[in-house]
Amino acid sequence: MSVDVRVPTILRSYTGGAKTVPGTGDTLAGLLADLETRHPGLRGRLVTEEGALHRFVNVYVNDEDVRFLGALEAKLSAGDTVTVLPAVAGGAGQASGASEALAGSASPAGG
Amino acid sequence: MLRIDREIVEAIVAHARRDHPDEACGVVAGPAGSDTPTRLIPMDNAERSSTFYRFDSMEQLRVWREMDERDEEPVVIYHSHTATEAVPSRTDVNLAAEPAAHYLLVSTREPDATEIRSFRIVDGVVTEEPVRVVVAGVDGTAVQSYKFGHTPTMVDYECRA
Repeated sequence: MSVDVRVPTILRSYTGGAKTVPGTGDTLAGLLADLETRHPGLRGRLVTEEGALHRFVNVYVNDEDVRFLGALEAKLSAGDTVTVLPAVAGGAGQASGASEALAGSASPAGG
Repeated sequence: MLRIDREIVEAIVAHARRDHPDEACGVVAGPAGSDTPTRLIPMDNAERSSTFYRFDSMEQLRVWREMDERDEEPVVIYHSHTATEAVPSRTDVNLAAEPAAHYLLVSTREPDATEIRSFRIVDGVVTEEPVRVVVAGVDGTAVQSYKFGHTPTMVDYECRA
């Protein structure tokens, strides 16, 4: 199952600057495991240590948010496009789970 | 430094005022590599909250694709703080994921004046930058902070630099 994966600017350090990389997998979890073999570190920016999708990362299969497709269990078919976008979020108050940010996971803010 | 048209700034301020006391948010797109914000795209705050904002994920996909097709990028990402100053919170810093963007903050805590300030947020490091508001192609003076009054004819601003 070959799919195209569109990578946001902030994660292109893992793909040698490439905007789009190919991958294979029957599910999103399988795809991320496959990508990790060629782009080590990428999976850890998208998936928590507990094995769930980071709260502040949006992943889409074609035009659908994977949260509505079973998250990491979302099924993939040949020719699908998987798009990763960092959530655009913030605000004056404390957000629970803000430490799961795509941006913050590279350089966690203390406390 | 952020250079931005006064018309766009006024539209952002109007958006923030309209959504107050909830936080307002949006993007100003511009040609890739130009560092020039030209196309204002107010976004829904999916959180509908006075202390938090998040772009709706489906709207974000549609807008990001559109920018891609037009060879644009998010030059400015803006949001409002409705009870505190126009400075990034810890949450803002933790969640900032566009190192090339100008993060424009708008404070609507005062009813009669709106403060706007701009920041770079890269790898958790926040750097404030001057804002130069451009009027009909004529550069204004770069200042650290603008205060916009309610009516377009009563615009005043304050320099902290």
